[in-house]
Amino acid sequence: MGAHILYFLVYPGFLFTAIVGGLIAGVDRKLTAAVQFRKGPPVLQPFYDFFKLLLVKETILPASGSKITFLLAPVFALSGISIAAVLVMMPLLGINTGFEGDIIVIFYLLTIPSLTYIIGAMASGNPLASVGASREMKLIIGYELTFLLVIAAIIYKSGAETSLYQIIQTQQAGSVHIGSISGVLLFIAGMFCTQAKLGLVPFDMGEAETEIAEGAFIEYSGSAFALIKLSKYMLFFTLPALIILLFMGGVQLTGIHVLWAILKLVAVVLLITLIRNTNPRLKINQAMRFFFVWMNALVVIAIVLSYFGY
Amino acid sequence: MGFKDFCFKKSLWLFHYGGASCNNCDIEILDCLTPRYDVERFGMKLVGSPRHADVLLVNGSINKRDKDRLLEVYDQMAKPVKVVAVGACGCTGGIFAEGIPFAGPVDKIIPVDAYIPGCPPKPEAIIAGIVKLIETI
Ligand code: SF4
Repeated sequence: MGAHILYFLVYPGFLFTAIVGGLIAGVDRKLTAAVQFRKGPPVLQPFYDFFKLLLVKETILPASGSKITFLLAPVFALSGISIAAVLVMMPLLGINTGFEGDIIVIFYLLTIPSLTYIIGAMASGNPLASVGASREMKLIIGYELTFLLVIAAIIYKSGAETSLYQIIQTQQAGSVHIGSISGVLLFIAGMFCTQAKLGLVPFDMGEAETEIAEGAFIEYSGSAFALIKLSKYMLFFTLPALIILLFMGGVQLTGIHVLWAILKLVAVVLLITLIRNTNPRLKINQAMRFFFVWMNALVVIAIVLSYFGY
Repeated sequence: MGFKDFCFKKSLWLFHYGGASCNNCDIEILDCLTPRYDVERFGMKLVGSPRHADVLLVNGSINKRDKDRLLEVYDQMAKPVKVVAVGACGCTGGIFAEGIPFAGPVDKIIPVDAYIPGCPPKPEAIIAGIVKLIETI
């Protein structure tokens, strides 16, 4: 029992994900600066931001709107992403407890942060926040179907297995999923879903800083905003980890393989950062069409291809 | 210097309030964010919502209409907050000081922590002012 709590709170759960996620967010800002020929903030910047918000700043509650919901939403976002992080990390790092990490559970847990952001925004009673929330909601409707189809295709390719351990096993025994044509197509769709889930450009219309001033998060300040930031950092580690798990055959933590594991993570994060720095923000209708028509078509083609063994 | 102060110092988020300015100061403030000066090096960034901001940059003269809005923005910010008056207009009223709608320089309305003189101040001067502001924390 004690070991399980340790799994959840320290390694590979909350603390580990938060620290690595914060570092990834820092590297992301550094890379963004490099793309724009700037020097950029220090890599530890996300931690400074987090502790400043948590310890120094005052938390303001909205005068109109539901205060309790407003405050609870970040807590739920953080708990949702923590559970998802543990369940993704344990199979990835080869820690075996009785629970078979199930991909359907992960799918539901990963929607919790976005949903709670929407609820929190609605509870704040700010008109710009509700614009952000409604965009976020439409975006979820757009990408969730694609994400589900990607997961279905992965399950099919792994021989009808929904357990994350089995998905890794299949890939380590045979070839990794990204090594086939259908796998590459699925990987592209999966990366765009990741981008949308992280709320990064080109899918950041829900928190568009320039038009609706951070949209869904506009009313948050102080420690509530710190928790939101933390959940974003954790998402920034968990989703690339899930991509590695689903497409790249997971990681092995022995000897030289550690280097491979880090390289895989860096590659996925680099791809996300480059997509975000080389694209403009889409309008919400463009984003929905992008997922509904193009990405779904891509995934369906991939499923058909994998049926014929490509 | 405690851990709290250290984090606060390292991550100042700016909210830019332009009063009745001639817009030159606004442009110079934006200059600080360009690759050449890049204040993001110090962990600063421009945020869109006063709720997130730690520093209120006020430039331009404050006239009777601006006064209410400035107070409103100041009240909406999560404390602790630092206020910086940018430009001659922000510090003293500058060339607008004798105008009829003028409602007093910024420090008559809200407490100001740092003054950056100049009309408009160069980006170097703004960065120097911000460094002085950091030293007061
Ligand atoms: S200080 Fe000078 S440059 Fe700045 S707003 Fe006033 S008149 Fe314009």
